[in-house]
Amino acid sequence: MSLTNEIIKTGLLEKFGDLLTEWGEPYGMLSFTAPGDQNLKVMNFLSEEFRFDFLTDLTAVHYPNRKGEELAVVYHLHNLVDNIRVRFRIYVPVEKPDVYTATGVFASANWMERETFDFYGVNFVGHPDLKRILNVDEMDYFPLRKEFPLEDQTRIDKDDDMFGR
Amino acid sequence: MARPVRFNIKQKDTSDWGINVAEAPQGYSGEGFFTTSLDKVVGLARKNSIWPLPFATSCCGIEFMATMGSHYDLARFGSERVGFSPRQCDLLMVMGTIAKKMAPVVKQVYLQMAEPRWVLAVGACASSGGIFDTYSVLQGIDQVVPVDVYVPGCPPRPEAIIDGVMKIQELVHNESLRRRNGEKYKLLLESYGIQ
Repeated sequence: MSLTNEIIKTGLLEKFGDLLTEWGEPYGMLSFTAPGDQNLKVMNFLSEEFRFDFLTDLTAVHYPNRKGEELAVVYHLHNLVDNIRVRFRIYVPVEKPDVYTATGVFASANWMERETFDFYGVNFVGHPDLKRILNVDEMDYFPLRKEFPLEDQTRIDKDDDMFGR
Repeated sequence: MARPVRFNIKQKDTSDWGINVAEAPQGYSGEGFFTTSLDKVVGLARKNSIWPLPFATSCCGIEFMATMGSHYDLARFGSERVGFSPRQCDLLMVMGTIAKKMAPVVKQVYLQMAEPRWVLAVGACASSGGIFDTYSVLQGIDQVVPVDVYVPGCPPRPEAIIDGVMKIQELVHNESLRRRNGEKYKLLLESYGIQ
């Protein structure tokens, strides 16, 4: 019997119960929300119980209008044996974006967490080497947070209506 | 003994081929001698033997490959030898988007080149950041190194790149031998933090 979304959902509900919310299956991919401090427990459970051995993606989303839970950290896991994927997210406040690092579970989380820190400023507690990975080291803000404009602010020759600034 | 097969034995009329041989600089000539000023000779020699250093990061680099290919053939202008060591090259051709993280690399390559050196910014990105008006892209390489000629286009056609190189040739040809020792040039380099 192959693994299905229903089996995974049942297993998760048995283990975590009401802690997991916002269940959905957009485009057939099981997705849910976990509490901010439960991310490692959920990940460990999924990898041990349902062989989700591969961390496809780890990133963040900034929702400036969700007060107290502005930053969502998103995990994509892949079960390579049964070829089934699952996605879950945790919310943390932007003032104190502390998240437990997933590097202990998946070594590949190292660079992805650095990238997430680089662009969103998520502080991964316990990460072995949390520093910028893609942007210049001198950058003093987190560019993908919504309060920062996309454009390079040092330019003065592109300030007219032609460039939509 | 004559060879059994001989080529190029017919004299061809090349007058309408449009072939130009570089003209001799102004000067006095007589039997067995020719005098002219030194910087004219140096300019002529430099102009027709520019060694380009391609610094290609994106699509403009692909156009540069076409430019170096047999169809457009930059070699016709004396730039046959593309060097990949900055220490041997005269012309830095920056082609493509330069991210801010890449900017120190461009500057380092420029610093490693020996004087006299020229810089050609090929394409909108190298010239001004182009469509990448964003926090991560350098808004034109003239933020880090002095640029001699800008080639517009996104990407520019090989003809445009050749035109840019010929503009560089013009600069090389007419440059005074003292320019690189002058106060103005020193100030220019100092404005980029180069000693």
